[in-house]
Amino acid sequence: MTDSKYFTTTKKGEIFELKAELNSDKKEKKKEAVKKVIASMTVGKDVSALFPDVVNCMQTDNLELKKLVYLYLMNYAKSQPDMAIMAVNTFVKDCEDLNPLIRALAVRTMGCIRVDKITEYLCEPLRKCLKDEDPYVRKTAAVCVAKLHDINAQLVEDQGFLDTLKDLISDSNPMVVANAVAALSEIAESHPNSNLLDLNPQTINKLLTALNECTEWGQIFILDCLASYLPRDDRESQSICERVTPRLSHANSAVVLSAVKVLMKFMEMLPKDLDYYGTLLKKLAPPLVTLLSAEPELQYVALRNINLIVQKRPEILKHEMKVFFVKYNDPIYVKLEKLDIMIRLASQANIAQVLAELKEYATEVDVDFVRKAVRAIGRCAIKVEQSAERCVSTLLDLIQTKVNYVVQEAIVVIKDIFRKYPNKYESVIATLCENLDSLDEPEARAAMIWIVGEYAERIDNADELLESFLEGFHDESTQVQLQLLTAIVKLFLKKPTETQELVQQVLSLATQDSDNPDLRDRGYIYWRLLSTDPVAAKEVVLAEKPLISEETDLIEPTLLEELICHIGTLASVYHKPPSAFVEGSRGVQHKRLPPRAGSGESTESPDVGQSGPSEAPPAVIPSQGDLLGDLLNLDLAPPTATVPSVQPSMQMGAMDLLGGGLDSLMGDESDTLGGDIGGSPSMGAGLGAAPAAMPASLGGAPAVGGGLGDLFDLGGGVGMPTGSYVAPKTVWLLAMKAKGLEISGTFARRGGIIQMDLSLTNKAMSVMTDFAIQFNRNSFGLAPAGPLQVLTPLSPNQTIDVSLPLSTSGPVMKMEPLNNLQVAVKNNIDVFYFSCQYPLSLLFVEDGKMDRQVFLATWKDIPNDNEAQFQIKDIHLNSDVASNKLQGSNIFTIAKRTVEGQDMLYQSVKLTNGIWVLAEMRIQTGNPNYTLSIKCRAPEVCPFVYQCYELVLKN
Amino acid sequence: MSASAVFVLDLKGKVLICRNYKGDVDMSEIDHFFTLLMQQEEEGLLCPVMSHGNVHFLWIKHSNLYLVATTNKNSNASLVYSFLYKLVEVFTEYFKELEEESIQDNFVVVYELLDELMDFGFPQTTDSKILQEYITQQGNKLEVAKTKVPTTVTNAVSWRSEGIRYKKNEVFIDVIESINVLVNANGSVMSSDIVGSIKLKTMLSGMPELRLGLNDRMLFALTGRDKGKTVTMEDVKFHQCVRLSRFESDRTISFIPPDGESELMSYRINTHVKPLIWIESVIEKFSHSRVEIMVKAKGQFKKQSVANNVEIRVPVPSDADSPKFKTSTGHAKYVPEKNLVVWSIKSFPGGKELLMRAHFCLPSVENHETEGRPPITVKFEIPYFTVSGIQVRYMKIIEKSGYQALPWVRYITQSGDYQLRTNT
Repeated sequence: MTDSKYFTTTKKGEIFELKAELNSDKKEKKKEAVKKVIASMTVGKDVSALFPDVVNCMQTDNLELKKLVYLYLMNYAKSQPDMAIMAVNTFVKDCEDLNPLIRALAVRTMGCIRVDKITEYLCEPLRKCLKDEDPYVRKTAAVCVAKLHDINAQLVEDQGFLDTLKDLISDSNPMVVANAVAALSEIAESHPNSNLLDLNPQTINKLLTALNECTEWGQIFILDCLASYLPRDDRESQSICERVTPRLSHANSAVVLSAVKVLMKFMEMLPKDLDYYGTLLKKLAPPLVTLLSAEPELQYVALRNINLIVQKRPEILKHEMKVFFVKYNDPIYVKLEKLDIMIRLASQANIAQVLAELKEYATEVDVDFVRKAVRAIGRCAIKVEQSAERCVSTLLDLIQTKVNYVVQEAIVVIKDIFRKYPNKYESVIATLCENLDSLDEPEARAAMIWIVGEYAERIDNADELLESFLEGFHDESTQVQLQLLTAIVKLFLKKPTETQELVQQVLSLATQDSDNPDLRDRGYIYWRLLSTDPVAAKEVVLAEKPLISEETDLIEPTLLEELICHIGTLASVYHKPPSAFVEGSRGVQHKRLPPRAGSGESTESPDVGQSGPSEAPPAVIPSQGDLLGDLLNLDLAPPTATVPSVQPSMQMGAMDLLGGGLDSLMGDESDTLGGDIGGSPSMGAGLGAAPAAMPASLGGAPAVGGGLGDLFDLGGGVGMPTGSYVAPKTVWLLAMKAKGLEISGTFARRGGIIQMDLSLTNKAMSVMTDFAIQFNRNSFGLAPAGPLQVLTPLSPNQTIDVSLPLSTSGPVMKMEPLNNLQVAVKNNIDVFYFSCQYPLSLLFVEDGKMDRQVFLATWKDIPNDNEAQFQIKDIHLNSDVASNKLQGSNIFTIAKRTVEGQDMLYQSVKLTNGIWVLAEMRIQTGNPNYTLSIKCRAPEVCPFVYQCYELVLKN
Repeated sequence: MSASAVFVLDLKGKVLICRNYKGDVDMSEIDHFFTLLMQQEEEGLLCPVMSHGNVHFLWIKHSNLYLVATTNKNSNASLVYSFLYKLVEVFTEYFKELEEESIQDNFVVVYELLDELMDFGFPQTTDSKILQEYITQQGNKLEVAKTKVPTTVTNAVSWRSEGIRYKKNEVFIDVIESINVLVNANGSVMSSDIVGSIKLKTMLSGMPELRLGLNDRMLFALTGRDKGKTVTMEDVKFHQCVRLSRFESDRTISFIPPDGESELMSYRINTHVKPLIWIESVIEKFSHSRVEIMVKAKGQFKKQSVANNVEIRVPVPSDADSPKFKTSTGHAKYVPEKNLVVWSIKSFPGGKELLMRAHFCLPSVENHETEGRPPITVKFEIPYFTVSGIQVRYMKIIEKSGYQALPWVRYITQSGDYQLRTNT
């Protein structure tokens, strides 16, 4: 007879009947009734009404029945907390039972009853069980501490359970050690800063000993815990590695991966010239390969991790290409991951084999897989130069198959091949053009248009081809529209005579008929560029393109390091830091690999080549009309000459157009700048600078946005109202560290409002959307006062400027240095982290002028120890100018005294959090060095206030 | 750290049974699982990890069941999958078959097992032989004699109980090598390897200490011996009973074996293997009329050996009909539901070449769906022989009672993932 019979009673009044049965005198009947109750619970019926009756059955010597009642309690105690108390007595009694199975069962179940009231009764039994003679009870009790901590952390600390738990790490039984480690790790996870695990060489040694003896799961707990330890030196690191490597031979894949994690991490500390380092590298490959024979889900986890390992240490698997060949019956998620790793491992040595495989895959039926395979061929071509030719011919073969998505994918990658090897494979263009009509995906269309524009001079009917796209211009996606605009401008610059009409058409489509600001901006810029200086236009639009990188989708190094520390976990599967998907872990410190011992190799190599806006002097518009002038007049009269002629009136026309355009372009920006710039001569000059200021990195899609950003900066410089000093933007987040997103910025205080001015530049090849920003807790509680307003997607090579208003009402945590701000910016691709420092003057409030009397009293009141002295050198201002300047930044002069040719300025500053800073500045006529004494109750702010003085006075 | 809760669902996504281990993920979140799964299936982008909000589902499928673990932390994913597969293993050993019915028929034991296998998300004892000592299906009546936890549960030797008795002490050792081959359509071997497995059936009394000697090249190199053929094992994986640190230091395989059947170790050898059964095929497809298939199989192994139960599976288009076959040996059968011709040969002597021809008609209306190009797969078994040449040199059995025990060794080579790609 099976248990299924218990599910079949569905009579009316069931609960009533069950109640009667539960209270029966007959043991057997009782048990049957409880089973029926559990069966009902299993199918989702509410049987909570039976709570007292079921609890009455708890006192039994039948273990099976007891377990069932316990199970019932776990499920319903939370909804009936008062009644759950009824069960406490039995629990307490059971914890003293002679049978260790019952003692363990009781303590295990009690911990699962998440009712606060019960927890206090739990303490005594738990204390006993933690010291129980039977290891089975102790190992269960160890886990129970973690459960209790989850319900009431304070109680666990007060009762000293944490110390008992720590003691269990030295237990004689390996299972107990393993569970104690697991429980401590779990608790430590919710207290990232507590030094709970307190790993030291002695405990590590205990763990390593237990590692050899405990179950496979226990080994995982211990290995995961070991991974969080930071060895003192490379020798300790090596000795741990030596004792962990045998785990690589464990049959359980999870044990292997956790061991790999420990080894990958500690290896970082070993000097590379050490023999052992090489041995270790060799030892890692075979177990990683064997993971590919595991169950598909485990293979998937393994492959995602191998993807990381291959990026971190390519040497480990460089000879193992073959094992990543895709099998026909692999699940799709395994196939796609294998393909990714194949590309990463592709090299000159194995490229022939890889290509043969990829070609095979490209003829399969699974669309996503085939697409990725075709793309992979392109990536091989870019990565391994020697193979480029073969790749191109393979791609051409694939295009001949006429399978629609294959053709489109092939065209997309051929575009990249053209970028990488210009003037080499253009002979295939004709074949590509044959497939123009079959392209229906935006990416493929954009790629094809790019090719036509880029090689317009070699394609006889380039104008016809592009024109054919123009018909449905407004139905195209933004990507295609932008590309079409650029391509036609390129075509025009290359073959000006035949294509004027076309270029005018596209410019008007882009600027007048489009609602898309990106497109309009780019349209206006081209128009402007062509109308003012065709030579410059040529230089900009047909500029040499920067090289495209060999590797794509590389994980940014700091993230990679963090992910290596999380091998085997969800983070390593998602390729995202845990903070990106685990709630409440934002404040948690990001894991880093340990620094390598001995060598001074720093993990971070700051990229010096800052690509800030170039400070070239603005070129004055030559007062000549030109082709575009003609174009503008085309509505009235067809062009008669292609040779530019001097037509001053034409230029005015262009100005008007831009003036009008600018109004809409400037939007909010112009308001904050307060200057009426549109159409004004000074702005005209600014615009003239655009070509010069445009970064040279004009790829297929010129960074028009970037150019505009510069324009606004220039404009801002012109119409700057008096106010606090704003530092120029500096790069905070390098594109290479953030998958192509570059962020530069500065801080400003404008009319009492703190603003963070950001320029977001997309240096990647795909559009970025969904921007959001968050700050870590910081010293003054700075927090975004609103969402990051990036309303339009950020196209490749585009820059968007945003001002983010900040409040000071966020959570506070003292930072080092004090003015450090840690920022996380998210987009559709990933989350990126950077930190920047803000000038303290940001926090100087407008009502910071202290009453004289108060000043005197306060000055005396603050102990002299808190006084800090500084020198401000090389200032050639008299005291009045200086104090005016400072006032602009809310540093107020309260009094001035002149003693023996020395001007003494007494000044006050108030910070947003109410801290007052008092200062005395001594200025000696003729001496460019000022002496500044600062007094504050919080002396740590003094140096930062001094910094502000210097910044304000020197700018 | 790992799972917050574990669910067993039927094919329609209905929860059959579940266990909430940590209480930090709402149990109703599981309702999103099936919707997500369907969505992914439709897009053809199935993935073993899915997420909804900040809840992550890690799942596997077994017969007509989904086993799902939920978590909202950065869990150890490999541990979770290993655990889910362990669940399948334990349930299967308890109920023979793990499927919807067996869960319902045994829900009381399932609950008991779920309680014992994992605590607060930490996997505990998962060895089914040991579990069976204190969780039984016959309702555990509490007897005075049974008031002890099997010491095995927490012992360092957690896989073998004390007090086992056999009249005749014997160990059966099976050395099984599976050949994985991937051959390209042009006949070149793309990848090949051998995955070996040494399985034990232990019928020994007491707590015996065993030592297994193989002709392992590394071992021979260590001990400075150099006789006869040796084998280089690329990667070795052991049952948890084997002392890994001992193996790491001197390549000795020493252990106290679990009772009954178990897999002691597995290894991988990466040498280039000559495909033991070589297939040449010509598949000619004449659109709208017919498909003609010619398959030639050659036994590329010693004449003295014989491959048994050979099955050569040749893919055919899904719209083929009216099969006709001609074989030199064995018989061919059309399996329409799998779009395959299965050519079975009971015994295939080494060095022989066999032939099969098949003829199918194709409908005049073309099939619009593009079909994949599944490879030809081969199954076989060759007894008394290992490709790698691995040998059990000795099995030493020492038990304190000093009994004499006999080891029996058997070698088998079989097909693993044996695929040959075709042209059409």
